[in-house]
Amino acid sequence: MRPRASVLVGFAIIAVYAAAALLGPLLSPYGEAEVVGDVWEPFSAAHPLGTDNLGRDMLSRLLWGASRTIGVALAATLLAFGIGMTLGYLAAVVGGWVDMILSRGIDTLMAIPTLIFALVVLAVLPPSVVILILVIAVLDSTRVFRLARAVAMDVVVMDFVEVARLRGERLGWIVFREVLPNTLPPLIAEFGLRFCFAFLFLSSLSFLGLGIQPPAADWGGMVRDNANAISFGLPIPLIPAAAIAILTIGVNLVVDWQLERSSGARRGVRP
Amino acid sequence: MHPLLRLVAQRLVLGAGTLLVVSALIFAGTEILPGDVAQAILGQTATPEAVAAIREDLGLDRPAWVRYLDWLAGFLRGDLGTSLANRVPISEMIAGRLENTLFLAGVAAAIAVPVAITLGVIAARFRETWLDKTISIVTLSAISMPEFFIGYILIFVFAVKLFWVPSIASVFPGMDFLDRLYAVSLPVATLSLVVIAHMMRMTRAAIVNVMASPYIETAELKGLTRSRITLHHALPNALSPIINVVVINLAYLVVGVVVVEVVFVYPGMGQLMVDAVAKRDVPVVQATGIIFAATYVLLNLTADVLAILANPRIRHAR
Amino acid sequence: MTLLLEIRDLHIEALGEEGNWQEIVKGVSLELEPARVLGLIGESGAGKSTIGLAALGYARHGCRLARGSIRLQGEELFGATPEKLRHIRGVRVCYVAQSAAAAFNPAHRLEDQVIEAAVQHGIMTPDEARAEARRLYTKLRLPKPELFGRRYPHQVSGGQLQRAMTVMAMVPRPDLIVFDEPTTALDVTTQIEVLAAIKEAIADEGMAAVYITHDLALVAQMAHRIMVLRDGLTVEVGPTEQILEAPREAYTRALVNVRRVQKPEKPRSGAAPLLEVRAVDAAYGTVPVLFDVSVALEAGRTVAVVGESGSGKSTLARVITGLLPPRSGEVRLDGRPLPSSLGDRSKDQLRRIQLVYQMPDVALNPRQKVEEIVGRVLSFYFGIEGAERRREVARLLEEVELPAVFVDRYPGELSGGQKQRICIARALAARPEVIICDEVTSALDVQVADAVLRLLLRLQEETGIAYLFITHDLATVKAIADDIVVMLEGRVVEQGPKSEILTPPHHPYTDLLLSSVPEMEVGWLDRVLRERAERKARGETVMEAADR
Repeated sequence: MRPRASVLVGFAIIAVYAAAALLGPLLSPYGEAEVVGDVWEPFSAAHPLGTDNLGRDMLSRLLWGASRTIGVALAATLLAFGIGMTLGYLAAVVGGWVDMILSRGIDTLMAIPTLIFALVVLAVLPPSVVILILVIAVLDSTRVFRLARAVAMDVVVMDFVEVARLRGERLGWIVFREVLPNTLPPLIAEFGLRFCFAFLFLSSLSFLGLGIQPPAADWGGMVRDNANAISFGLPIPLIPAAAIAILTIGVNLVVDWQLERSSGARRGVRP
Repeated sequence: MHPLLRLVAQRLVLGAGTLLVVSALIFAGTEILPGDVAQAILGQTATPEAVAAIREDLGLDRPAWVRYLDWLAGFLRGDLGTSLANRVPISEMIAGRLENTLFLAGVAAAIAVPVAITLGVIAARFRETWLDKTISIVTLSAISMPEFFIGYILIFVFAVKLFWVPSIASVFPGMDFLDRLYAVSLPVATLSLVVIAHMMRMTRAAIVNVMASPYIETAELKGLTRSRITLHHALPNALSPIINVVVINLAYLVVGVVVVEVVFVYPGMGQLMVDAVAKRDVPVVQATGIIFAATYVLLNLTADVLAILANPRIRHAR
Repeated sequence: MTLLLEIRDLHIEALGEEGNWQEIVKGVSLELEPARVLGLIGESGAGKSTIGLAALGYARHGCRLARGSIRLQGEELFGATPEKLRHIRGVRVCYVAQSAAAAFNPAHRLEDQVIEAAVQHGIMTPDEARAEARRLYTKLRLPKPELFGRRYPHQVSGGQLQRAMTVMAMVPRPDLIVFDEPTTALDVTTQIEVLAAIKEAIADEGMAAVYITHDLALVAQMAHRIMVLRDGLTVEVGPTEQILEAPREAYTRALVNVRRVQKPEKPRSGAAPLLEVRAVDAAYGTVPVLFDVSVALEAGRTVAVVGESGSGKSTLARVITGLLPPRSGEVRLDGRPLPSSLGDRSKDQLRRIQLVYQMPDVALNPRQKVEEIVGRVLSFYFGIEGAERRREVARLLEEVELPAVFVDRYPGELSGGQKQRICIARALAARPEVIICDEVTSALDVQVADAVLRLLLRLQEETGIAYLFITHDLATVKAIADDIVVMLEGRVVEQGPKSEILTPPHHPYTDLLLSSVPEMEVGWLDRVLRERAERKARGETVMEAADR
């Protein structure tokens, strides 16, 4: 299937953000927490996006924030996949009581709304970057577990897996050579969705003042810092908020296409 | 026993069990995780004597499970404990706020559910036309935006530029219904937008899924009208997935409310919980956390039970 | 006489993977007179269902009627408005689908669905339609006609649902009914009863029918004329007798002459059995599935285990391979008991018994090349690696009559028959003494299946492998077995050498099974039914599917 225009837009957005995340600190004209002007200065040649509530350069903070926000969300997503996929495959391939204990445990964890769970935990633990990554990863991994287990279950019941069992193959071979290669396509799309979740979740926590702590630049936190500007008719908090929304839209456009493509290819055409 | 009743009873027992485990988890989350609550309250510079005093004050010297049972028993009696920050009974702090949150979520649900289902059915009916594609892109964008982004855009346009509605949703006891509705119009709009987008996409998927069934082809080959096929053959089978979608999103609404309350400085449970977390007021966090979690569990339970009731294969067992 | 249905040069296209339209029906013409039955026969991909649906002016999602003409009593359906087609479907032409279980709406009572078309199109009042439905329930020998319609689809059996679907098509009294493989999903003993009921009803009601199937013997019982299709093209059309007795085309001759594989029965050597199942009871959880099953297999021989769905024949394979440890009894290999569970068996014990599955599609890992699929067995059991392994895989491919270039292919690039050959090559790679063949030919088209059977027989002659052949298909049993084991509901009802089992007197169930297999002969169905009725009249025990 030929990608639609919207998918190309999605890829372009992701590319721009990836560049910003990698090169942001190098490109930024000022330091992350450097006070360079007055409060909420308008757009100018010196400050293309104006200044923030403490007189820091908005563009610089946006660029610094890119690597921080995207980096933390990406790390959390990767960790979530590590945990979720390992446990999900284990549950599907081993089955029996291992599956039951894991599934019941994850179900219970999922019975608590993610944000509420995170708030409870963050009431006790310090909101350091490591803790944030761990909390988001653990909460996100429950969804990965569900999907990984479900797709692995579909594959595990196939005869070629039984053939491997009957041959006497060990667990490692069955998981990595028989099951894993056949479950990757749906998990790739899921990676995009889980990244969006982690990214929005982190931004929400920061917006609530419980995520990445100032003075470090973070897009959710920047919305919070500049929220008051709205009442003066200044759209300043909309800038970091839009930065968040645009990346999520970009990723979702690609994921949507990927999901449609994989389901369409599986359905095929009935003769 | 009729298999239907047995299934429902099973779910209810399972739900009660889940609630119990969830309460234990929330308790454990605040009490047993590394980091001493007493230390956390007083900060790193506190003297050991002060820490010991507050530990005793909170009963932290007793074993965790005793405190859990105590806490649970109190909870069941309606005694939610006392706030550490201002020594006020938590039930007093929560009383008006719970009502406010339920009002906000309730109004948003009353708008979002019918709109989302109607849009979902329309999108499924006109599948793969420009209308469907437009709805798809718009809803995809809406679910991609953080709630606070939508909230501030609405404030910027409708409160700051157009002066149509207030930007801060202040409500107080004794306020009459219409005034209250006017006050919460922006938070309601924000919540509804996000929930409608989610719910509509899921409704469409549920219907499209049913429309691919062989019995729909049978109906087409009987020469039935499109509306009869949709209403008589597809809808009864799409009912349980749609119920599921609605309840999942209502639960989401209760949680999404946290961020929206902060954006609009609305005096609800979410705002209270976020403040308590920032102040490390653990008893308040526990109490609000368990109320949110219990609502979520109960809504999921309702979805389960309704989905069972809507399933003809279970209703008319062999 | 005016034609009821006249299709001229019909082309139908389907949307391919890359979004391009591909022709799947390439210019087919057919004619049907009132009250006659036309059989459409062909293998998978022949386009027969697609043509059947075109008789209702219908094309499935992802397909379109490209050009040609479809005339119903002279009225053009090709390019007709949806509204006009709507008034033809369910009124003048009705459709009976292959899987009634999926084609009935689970949310409504059978009766409401059965009378829906007639009522919605205003042909009958609900009461008239209900009365007509009850008359037809009786005619199709459905139990308790008064109450039958009150039930929901999931509350009745597959055979009954298929008959209910036929009633649904007949209630509006259409001129034409399209039957799309209506008995394919049924067991053979149920199939004969549904066939008889459908045949009688069509004749009595004076309706015309298009009867679609892949089984020539079946269609020969139902149709006045037969059209043979292949890859979307007509091969041959003619009266049923002519197609069966004097086929003009080579392809038709091949269809008529399949199942001529015949293996002479090998005399028993009297040696100790290689594989022995002794007094096995087995259960899935708390549901007992096998009761006191004993089967013995001598080296170099073939035992066919035959039975219908639910007979426990596949469970027997799971017990032998160790996938399902039995509750009691044991499995012996070469006189020594095998550990009951897979995990306790040694590598060599596992190697000696290999399994070939029904569905080659899911028995091969789609992400591995043939070299890996077959080669892994060589590495695993014999430590053969690298260039030697590759040579050995190529040799095994040659064994199963596949070109050596297939070494680098993925399963997705192969046809069904080729995939099944790869599965056989994989089993051979382990140099086994026993191969369990679980319905290995049922997913394949008849000719391909025949070739696979021939291959298996040749391999047995060359290597002396013993086969345990699990199947529901008596034609296969006749072709390849030395010994036969007949199973019914988890028990062995009869076993012995082929010659003994296949000659009367039979156990009543064996008799039912044998007499239910369609034979390539006009009038077979009528003859069997007549014989059964006569024997019943004489007071002999005659088992029916419903007795099971």
